[in-house]
Amino acid sequence: MMSELLSQVVGSYNYWIVVFLMMTGFYILISRGNLIKKLVGLNVFQTSVFMLYISLGKITGGTAPILVDDPEALYSNPLPHVLILTAIVVGIATTSVGLALAVRIKEAYGTVEEDEINEIEAGIDDRRAPGRAALRGP
Amino acid sequence: MRIVDHLPILQVVVPLVLAPLCALVRSRRLAWGLAAAGSVSSLVVSLRLLSAVMASGPISYAIGDWAPPFGIEYRIDVVNAWVLVVVSTIAAAVAFYARVSVQAEVGDRRIPLFYAAYLLCLSGLLGIAATGDVFNVFVFLEISSLSAYALISLGRDRRALTSAFRYLIMGSVGATFIVIGIGLLYATTGTLNMEDLSEILPQVWDARTVKVAYGFLAVGLCLKLALFPLHLWLPNAYAFAPSAVTAFMAATATKVAVYMLLRFFLTIFGAAFSFGVMGLDRLLLLLALTAIFSMSLVAIFQANVKRLLAYSSVAQIGYMILGLSFASVTGLTATLLHLFNHALMKGALFMALGCVVYRIGSVHIDAMAGLGRRMPLTMAAFVAGGLSLVGVPLTVGFVSKWYLILGALERGWWPVAVLVLITSVMALVYVWRVVEVAYFKPPPDDEPIAEAPASLLVPTWALVALNVYLGIDAGRTIGVAEQAARTLMGTAP
Repeated sequence: MMSELLSQVVGSYNYWIVVFLMMTGFYILISRGNLIKKLVGLNVFQTSVFMLYISLGKITGGTAPILVDDPEALYSNPLPHVLILTAIVVGIATTSVGLALAVRIKEAYGTVEEDEINEIEAGIDDRRAPGRAALRGP
Repeated sequence: MRIVDHLPILQVVVPLVLAPLCALVRSRRLAWGLAAAGSVSSLVVSLRLLSAVMASGPISYAIGDWAPPFGIEYRIDVVNAWVLVVVSTIAAAVAFYARVSVQAEVGDRRIPLFYAAYLLCLSGLLGIAATGDVFNVFVFLEISSLSAYALISLGRDRRALTSAFRYLIMGSVGATFIVIGIGLLYATTGTLNMEDLSEILPQVWDARTVKVAYGFLAVGLCLKLALFPLHLWLPNAYAFAPSAVTAFMAATATKVAVYMLLRFFLTIFGAAFSFGVMGLDRLLLLLALTAIFSMSLVAIFQANVKRLLAYSSVAQIGYMILGLSFASVTGLTATLLHLFNHALMKGALFMALGCVVYRIGSVHIDAMAGLGRRMPLTMAAFVAGGLSLVGVPLTVGFVSKWYLILGALERGWWPVAVLVLITSVMALVYVWRVVEVAYFKPPPDDEPIAEAPASLLVPTWALVALNVYLGIDAGRTIGVAEQAARTLMGTAP
């Protein structure tokens, strides 16, 4: 009984890695105030999903899904791998948009620390017309 | 194959191909022309699709002739044909509005890129609605979201940047949750085709993986559609984005997310699983009522009128989810009607505010004093849109509230019906605050302010006219929404 449970726990080690990575990324995302660190957390979070998909497609004893002569050959499932290639591209795009925004935020606020940004934003009074202080220059 | 057979893919591909062209041409006028052409062609295609689907049932389109379920299938039924019409109607109106409004609010150099992002966002939203493949949904979701972050960050106020960044973080987390859900579904069923999934899933209802997938999808989708309490990204993003972007996003992005929720939970998992096994209706009822009540209350105390309307949007999304939580055809009809109707009224309202920004550069409530006499047409459009938001008879807002209350009474939940009426009065309060300032307060100075130019007023009034026309002649929209609701509930004749 005990050993059965243990082998089940050990046998699904890939999922433990995924869960650990996901929670690590999520924690960084929530707890860090630095925008760049937030993006790093987001990346770790997304990477855990890549691992989830990739390990889903692996079949024990399966070979790479390239047609071979042996009719008995067992192939890994290529579809999750292809899907995750798309998701990796999306992840790169998200990171680059995020970093581009971080650069612009640094230009506009002079900082990428969330609490300092909040302080500056709390000081903006938009009662009057556009509130020149809030504008970003030409 | 004739060109007509390719309609399901055309409205997605045309904006997608025009977008890089916009980025390449570097001419503001040409880029705008391409954006307008893309939006109008999508509108024409989706209207044709809707009439074809209404007449002869769902259309299946195999991309690259790879037969489903192995290839990607685009499947158009009444539900997504309806959503396609909603998105492309607003896109066409906003495209014409954008020419002058964007020129005033976005730097010259960035204008061609603005239209490129606009077309990408449009093509992503249309793609989500058209596709019949769950992973394809994710891809289009990210196309539309990434371009939306870029569009929001183009706002004049520097807070546009931080709100775009926050939206990026929360939106990516939501999208990642959706991918996890899709991956778990694939792990259990071995398919990504919606039609296929809906046939296989009932056999594996008991699997814990399926329930976990359901949970991940629920959280991810609710983040995307800004259901209270996952709405935190929305108010600032709407408040600081350029006016044309706010009008476009408020009227389409969250609506498409609501469509995704309906598609995943009713078509793929099935109404029996969602309402019977998972008890989704009770959870959504609670969240929807909290959203409607608390967000209407918050809206009343906002000083920035754009942000006021943004909070009101979160409340209005609550109405759509409320219709879903009735778990009945009437409730869903209300959801689908409100999907379109809210797009029309918020589109009109945010466009009217864009006219105000164009002339006085601010949407702070104090800055709008006396505008009723200085910009009579703009403010009249705002009042008309506001009345529709409140749900006054002869406007579309009345039609959807009517069905919502019918749905509540059908279930015997009269306190819910009363709450809908009370929150309508709250909507009246926050609309009235603006009206009072604009019409009954003297302007702050004697500076003459001209009425907004016709190129802004015409699209605004076109949406206002639709608000009124479809509020009076509601038979056709109700018919389509009802048929779509039946399709979703699986009780279509």
